[in-house]
Amino acid sequence: MSSDKAVTLRINGHDETATVPSHRTLLEALRGLGHVDVKCGCEKGDCGACAVLIDGEAVDSCLTLAHSAAGREITTLQGLGTPENLHPLQLSFSELGAAQCGYCTPGMIIASESLLRKNPSPSEDELRHALSGNPCRCTGYVKIFEAVNAAAEVMRNSGDPK
Amino acid sequence: MYGEFDLTLPQTLQEAVKALNAAGKDAVPLAGGTNVLIDLRSQRLVPKQIMDLGRVPGLRGIVVEGGRVTLGARTTVSDLLASPDIARCGPALVQAATVFAGQMVRNTATVAGNIACGSPAADLVPPLLSLDAEVTLTSTRGSRTVALCDYYTGYKADARAPDELITAISWPVPEANTFGTFYKLARRKGDAITVNGVAVSIGISDGRCVRARIALGSVAPIPMRACNAESLLEGQVLTPERIAAAAKAAAEECSPIDDVRATGAYRRRMVEVLVARLVENAVQAMT
Repeated sequence: MSSDKAVTLRINGHDETATVPSHRTLLEALRGLGHVDVKCGCEKGDCGACAVLIDGEAVDSCLTLAHSAAGREITTLQGLGTPENLHPLQLSFSELGAAQCGYCTPGMIIASESLLRKNPSPSEDELRHALSGNPCRCTGYVKIFEAVNAAAEVMRNSGDPK
Repeated sequence: MYGEFDLTLPQTLQEAVKALNAAGKDAVPLAGGTNVLIDLRSQRLVPKQIMDLGRVPGLRGIVVEGGRVTLGARTTVSDLLASPDIARCGPALVQAATVFAGQMVRNTATVAGNIACGSPAADLVPPLLSLDAEVTLTSTRGSRTVALCDYYTGYKADARAPDELITAISWPVPEANTFGTFYKLARRKGDAITVNGVAVSIGISDGRCVRARIALGSVAPIPMRACNAESLLEGQVLTPERIAAAAKAAAEECSPIDDVRATGAYRRRMVEVLVARLVENAVQAMT
């Protein structure tokens, strides 16, 4: 049966090795490696707190097996920007007060980034649709939508394909 | 926590069906994982082996060829939303994909997985039933197709043998005079389990209904076609009285239960309301 096996994961541009059994989720492996910017919420794909980008698309890391993610490009919130050089979404979320307790924020930003890569000018409906898997129990969403729209504008004007 | 299992990652379809043939019921195929991982966590599913199909090439994509639309089994819900072909050849499927879970689940959940999970509330199934979809099953013995309307044999039971994989889903490109639509009745638009799902596909020629498909989700042990209602429409002029009679028939032939989301009586009443509404919308769209 299943025993610990090494798996090389490409996380935020760096290879890291996790030694985990087959049944370990990517969420558990990432947090085990110290990537605690990936939050553990419902662990059944309802809350989006554990969202990461895999090959540029937002997925729930709680619904992905760690060993299945070998060879894929994994991006967590910290892979988007550093404290010295924040990603426009990170900057607008902090400047516009789009977080209260902050637990949903990493997943919210990852889901927003995944949306903006495909659709740089989302409508209100498209934005709500893209964030429908990221419940926030504090904010009421208004400031979150404002922050995503503000970041989208910055990203469009910067011409940065990110 | 999860029970332990071995994980295999076959690199080709051949390798996958061979391994599945050897493992039989001991192996569970994994596509997007949005159902399987939840069932593993709750230990509803305790397999010896999980076979992740993520490395198998050629299972993801949408092709329109020879008058048929064919989806690879690992085509995701987000793929459906991004496809102009699906917008043209399966608008009801787009409507179902739109109200499907949240973004991260849509990015990974697959069409075949939604069929294979066997839930009566699987949102992609009523639209696919209304399109006359077929499921292709592949094993070491070869491939066969099963009409989706014959695929389910009972609650969470299906025609797939343990050594078979769903490899494709296909349906004929709808005729020009056909209108298809889907409505999901749920507590909210996103990330909700369906109370009633209704898909219709209506064809009208020379003022008469030449095609009627009415498919219902969450109102029977399996996603079902309302065949009595369909036969009341086909060949007829779709007057409001005719539509009302068909809607009533649909409500009579489903068998909804009470659960945490709604009562059976409410669901049955809503089948009547929604079938009438969607057929009327189809008639209006074509006149």
